[in-house]
Amino acid sequence: MSTDTPDAPTGDVPSRAELAARVDELETALADATDEEGQKKMSIIATKGTLDMAYPPLILASTAAAFGYEVTVFHTFWGLDILHEERSKNLKLSSVGNPNMPVPNAVAALPGMDRVTTKMMERKIDDNDTATIEELIETSLDMGVEFQACQMTIDLMDYDEENFYDGVTTGVGAATALQDMADADIQLLV
Amino acid sequence: MSVEFDIAETLDVKGESCPMPVVKTKSTIDGLTQGEVLEVLATDSGSMSDIDGWADGTDGVELIEQQEGDSVYKHYVRKTE
Repeated sequence: MSTDTPDAPTGDVPSRAELAARVDELETALADATDEEGQKKMSIIATKGTLDMAYPPLILASTAAAFGYEVTVFHTFWGLDILHEERSKNLKLSSVGNPNMPVPNAVAALPGMDRVTTKMMERKIDDNDTATIEELIETSLDMGVEFQACQMTIDLMDYDEENFYDGVTTGVGAATALQDMADADIQLLV
Repeated sequence: MSVEFDIAETLDVKGESCPMPVVKTKSTIDGLTQGEVLEVLATDSGSMSDIDGWADGTDGVELIEQQEGDSVYKHYVRKTE
């Protein structure tokens, strides 16, 4: 068999030089695409303000920050309470609507039961040395997590921006959250 | 098992639970210089998997060794960048 190049190029087949140039071009484009987003991002929307539902966004945010992610948590509706210095220390656990609670719903609905179940949960948190909401907020802020408070719900709930933790971003809306989500590698609604 | 590296700093997170062991490991290792090894002492049994996963998914750190002692989990992480 001949060592000549088989099937010598005909008119419309690209030359070796053209192919090499095309490969270079694609490699540059690939490098740009991967380098540009070298910083991984996570975007969380926190909508709940009960004690149990305040934990997941904060634990994931601080952990993602430890992984080197740029993290944004957008707080809206009851999720705002997590950023409220006073309210975040008094988040309640609902005893109604959770069939895993040790009390039947009919009893759970009685006045004062939320306080009882919240106390039970707070004791468990304390006994297990689980971080408090306040600790998780402070830790996350130290690690560079950006907490955003939805302006529409601040106005709706009549909250004073002064009452949020230092470092919380206000004056942001759905478009900001959407932009963060579009740029993020991980997006979560909690 | 013998430890064949110098420990630059020890982080004690005994008694603390998720996510603090990982979060504090990250914060502490940020203060070390390249090549130094951080020892992490934890009682959270989840830290075995969590610190492994964190080191695997994070640039600039390498998990050298993990030991399960008498209710204390020891982790050795080197800063590589």
